[in-house]
Amino acid sequence: MDTVFYISSAVAIISTIMVITRLHAVHALLYFIVSLLSAALIFYTLGAPFVASLEVIIYAGAIMVLFIFTIMMLNLGPQLKEQEKQWINVKMWTGPIILSLILIGEMVYMLSVNSGYPVGTVTVGPKQVGISLFTFYLLGVELASLLLLSGIIGAYHIGRRRTTDGHKDLES
Amino acid sequence: MMTPVPMGYGLIVAAVLFSLGLIGVIVRRNIVFILISIEILLNAAGLAFVVAGSRWGQPDGQVMFIFILTMAAVEVSVGLALVLQFYHFFKTLDADAARKLKG
Repeated sequence: MDTVFYISSAVAIISTIMVITRLHAVHALLYFIVSLLSAALIFYTLGAPFVASLEVIIYAGAIMVLFIFTIMMLNLGPQLKEQEKQWINVKMWTGPIILSLILIGEMVYMLSVNSGYPVGTVTVGPKQVGISLFTFYLLGVELASLLLLSGIIGAYHIGRRRTTDGHKDLES
Repeated sequence: MMTPVPMGYGLIVAAVLFSLGLIGVIVRRNIVFILISIEILLNAAGLAFVVAGSRWGQPDGQVMFIFILTMAAVEVSVGLALVLQFYHFFKTLDADAARKLKG
């Protein structure tokens, strides 16, 4: 199990690096789907199979399809690539990247020296999650439903196509 | 073969993914990439919750991940509606194009 965890963690980190360095949005989304699938594998090795299936179904399924549909609707040209190329300049980011790597190395050292209790020894199945979700966290479920309702109304209101002018908060 | 994973390693993966998402939010100027990086941030936070829940063998971490998933779905739908409106108005996805706000 631990070998599966390490391999899928490496795949997740590498594919996330590829996500934030791609110039084309569709390529980045493909790598992000790989990152989410490897995160689902990490959840499975940690003894959380319900969350692993939710990660595949909702994150890699629904949310990524929403992104891809939006990018298809926008129908982007090649002009954005040139502008992004100026920002992703290796010379400009070398100093901050080296200093942040030192900090992240320190954090990895501290967490791995005192790495603590082993995880993933107990599998917490969907039944326990459901019981906890609908008894102890029932108020949270109600709040999440309110959030979803406001999200639907907000997305409908903002996404309406105005032909003459833009959004009322934006000035040209 | 079946040695369990120490808790610190899961937290390391979550922290590295979170900092990668933060770098993406700071560096990129394309709004779609900023939204994708916010998704990376939320996913890393959920991974930390699931690792911490798995440490005690309790379902609370997974419950929190389900809440994070709901919030991410709402955030993406509203954010992508904003992106569509933004592109319709400015004809670009550059976040710097929206520097002026009406007071």
